[in-house]
Amino acid sequence: MNGVPMAHGLVLAAVLFALGLAGLMFRRNMVFMLLSLEVMLNAAGLAFIVAGTAWGQAEGQAMFLLVITLAAAEASVGLALLNQLYRRFKTLDIDTASGMRG
Amino acid sequence: MELAFYLSGLVAVLATLRVITSTNPIHALLYLIVSLLAVAMVFFVLGAPFAGALEIILYAGAIMVLFVFVVMMLNLNAAVTAQERAWLVPRTWAGPSALAALLLVVLLAMLWHGDLGRVIEGETLTAKAVGRVLFGPWLVVVELVAMLLLAALVTASHVGRSVSRDADSGRDGT
Amino acid sequence: MIATLPLTFLLPLAGTLILAFFGARLGARGSAGVGVSSVALAALATALLAHAYLAAPEAQTLTLWRWIAVGDFQPTIGLRLDGLSLTLLGVITGVGLLIHWFAAWYMHGEEGVTRFYAYMNLFVASMVLLVLGDNLLLLFLGWEGVGLCSYLLIGHYYRTAANVRAAFKAFLVTRIGDAFLAIGLFLLFRELGTLDIAELLRRAPERWAAGDPGVELAALLLLGGALGKSAQLPLHTWLADAMAGPTPVSALIHAATMVTAGVYLVARLHGVFLLAPGVLWLTGAIGALTLLAAGCAALAQTDIKRVLAYSTMSQIGYMFLALGVAGFEAAIFHLMTHAFFKALLFLAAGSVIVSCHHEQDLRRLGGLWRRLPLAYAGFLVGGAALAALPLVTAGFYSKDAILWQAFAAGHGELLLAGLLGSLLTALYTLRLIVGIFHGAAGSDGARRAESGKGLAHGLPLVSLMLLSTVLGAWIEPPLAGVLPAPQHGPAGWHLALEVLAGSVALLGIALGAWLFLYRRAWLAERVAQGRGARLWRLWHHGWGFDAAYEGLLVRPYRGLVSGLRGDAIDALGQRPARLAGWLHGALSRTQGGKLRFYAVSMVIGATLILLVMVAAA
Repeated sequence: MNGVPMAHGLVLAAVLFALGLAGLMFRRNMVFMLLSLEVMLNAAGLAFIVAGTAWGQAEGQAMFLLVITLAAAEASVGLALLNQLYRRFKTLDIDTASGMRG
Repeated sequence: MELAFYLSGLVAVLATLRVITSTNPIHALLYLIVSLLAVAMVFFVLGAPFAGALEIILYAGAIMVLFVFVVMMLNLNAAVTAQERAWLVPRTWAGPSALAALLLVVLLAMLWHGDLGRVIEGETLTAKAVGRVLFGPWLVVVELVAMLLLAALVTASHVGRSVSRDADSGRDGT
Repeated sequence: MIATLPLTFLLPLAGTLILAFFGARLGARGSAGVGVSSVALAALATALLAHAYLAAPEAQTLTLWRWIAVGDFQPTIGLRLDGLSLTLLGVITGVGLLIHWFAAWYMHGEEGVTRFYAYMNLFVASMVLLVLGDNLLLLFLGWEGVGLCSYLLIGHYYRTAANVRAAFKAFLVTRIGDAFLAIGLFLLFRELGTLDIAELLRRAPERWAAGDPGVELAALLLLGGALGKSAQLPLHTWLADAMAGPTPVSALIHAATMVTAGVYLVARLHGVFLLAPGVLWLTGAIGALTLLAAGCAALAQTDIKRVLAYSTMSQIGYMFLALGVAGFEAAIFHLMTHAFFKALLFLAAGSVIVSCHHEQDLRRLGGLWRRLPLAYAGFLVGGAALAALPLVTAGFYSKDAILWQAFAAGHGELLLAGLLGSLLTALYTLRLIVGIFHGAAGSDGARRAESGKGLAHGLPLVSLMLLSTVLGAWIEPPLAGVLPAPQHGPAGWHLALEVLAGSVALLGIALGAWLFLYRRAWLAERVAQGRGARLWRLWHHGWGFDAAYEGLLVRPYRGLVSGLRGDAIDALGQRPARLAGWLHGALSRTQGGKLRFYAVSMVIGATLILLVMVAAA
């Protein structure tokens, strides 16, 4: 066998994404939620790279660059929010910040 | 080469599994870095060295270090680990995990249906090619991304500022 | 020169905007400064315009821009300067300036000075737009604008429920007239295809013969609008209650300018009314009726301002009488002199009210002539003009012109009503002046009265006093060419009529002086019981119009509304509302504030969508 089937790369991306999603849903600590988000973003980037290399196009890597930028922006804002949460409630439990209800 | 892909893929999945199940934030972070490095390895194997380098430098380097700093600042102790352990019972994670598994099955089913017979040869796409795309037809996108980063900077510095005592006490009183 | 015309309404409008946006920073003194100076600049612009116009009297139109363009309907923002609009412009900005200035004294230390001046400036801007508009749509804009300002200013002291009710009543009753006017405008547009006033007056005789039912209907609808705005029977009930506003408001809006807008409207559209002799006769008849009814009601009021309000209705009745006999020039002349002396009376009344610590009940005032000499002088001069004291007052000349027109047109019954009205006018004027300034003071407020001081108090009063004398009658409105020339009756009779009118006025004054100075006790006895008491009650409540409307219109309507509240159609309409409410409740329960719950729901949604896509593939 010469080379990796594209489907395998995408399966890897899907598995990582599902793991990140599961983490996002069942963790209550905001640090872990942010980490799960990073995992999911990374999985999305992986999917882009797989598709890009499969077709021999550079756009996949360019898109990955955008995903990384998004991740950086998300991480900075998310960490600032985390900081505020901890300062106001003295805990990282996301369920304490549930004052905005309908 | 294929072996490298499957091995690093396995490492990435296992490390990620530990990220979401770990009870200590620092441990989770370190596992995430391992996972990211494994994914970077996947990139190199697939023939995207530029993306792999970025993954290491930006993701594992810069962003994760930011996380480490923040977690250090929070000064978490053993109580947090105990708390995490208390929260991480099957009753909490079973439902969401099943849901995520269902989504995974659906995604895989979609892949199965798709026309994905293509094989990645591992031919290298250099940074030069990426640069041509980015600063040619995608120039506006790069500008927009710059805006996004600026907005994130402003937001982070606004949200992350230390609130004054009065506002703090007013909020804490509730 | 014509380019300064827009300034006359843009400057007060700018004053409003400045006060609205920076009022809090300006403070009470600054607000008064802005409010007065914007009107002063507008008055200056008017003076320049008048100077240029009198040198070369030629009507001009300045079209600023096209307002709306829908097919043939293309009204402009166009301003017309001619003798009629210039006269009104002079009254609005000139008298308006004096009243604004006086208000700086009157409102000193009151709450909401900024609000007061913002609305007053807006009023001046709207009123100027009303008289300058060269088409009926722009006129209507100004018409509604002054109505709005009137509402806002009547309710200035909005913390008292009665004031709010009075403002609401004024708004509602004038709205009835406005609806008539709007329908009249629609009718005119449908029939004549234009709302441009000059064009309208040219096309009307081509479209209609005199007495055509179409033109009669149009004129009737326009008259309805005029009656509402000018507080004539049967839409007059709001004006007496409108006195709830600050006194300068009563002086400017409810005496000098806004309430005479109806007179202006009829004079402006004289071509339409001349084609409708029936409606023209009705105009005169309503004027005469209002003149007498309001004159009687004024005799039985105990509140100074309500006396003046009924007097205003009665005097506008004179103007409508003049319109009814096609004496348009006489009507506008009386409009001008009335603006002078009625503004003077209101300002003097305001001076008395403030001096007596907000006491305005005739029975609790008295004996003030020594303490408040300037207000006394103001009342004497204004009252003399109101009662048309022969030769020396402005009111005499304008009223005489009206009576002469009625005589020349051969309307004996209207002439008689006018003469009777001038007797009534003299009587209630005397009663008012004697009640405030003679006899014994009836309250502590009156006994501790302190005269107003300062330029802002004195100068407007003195200026208006001068204008109310024969000096005011020398101002001849340059109306030739705009309005039809006055009729010339049989030669030689004019002097006889003047003598007759003068002697009726003098008789009224003498009778009033005798009754109210020397026969007070007898009079009080007469109105205390029996038929006199019944008459007093009837007149005191303005012939019972309010009660009649309450019983005939308001209460049945309320009953109807409350009866229709739970009918089948309404219930049907309620069902979707209830369903929406229920759905809202159910959905808002999902907004629990739990972030993880949101994440889970998103995942479920995404999974479902992907499942559908897989199934479809």
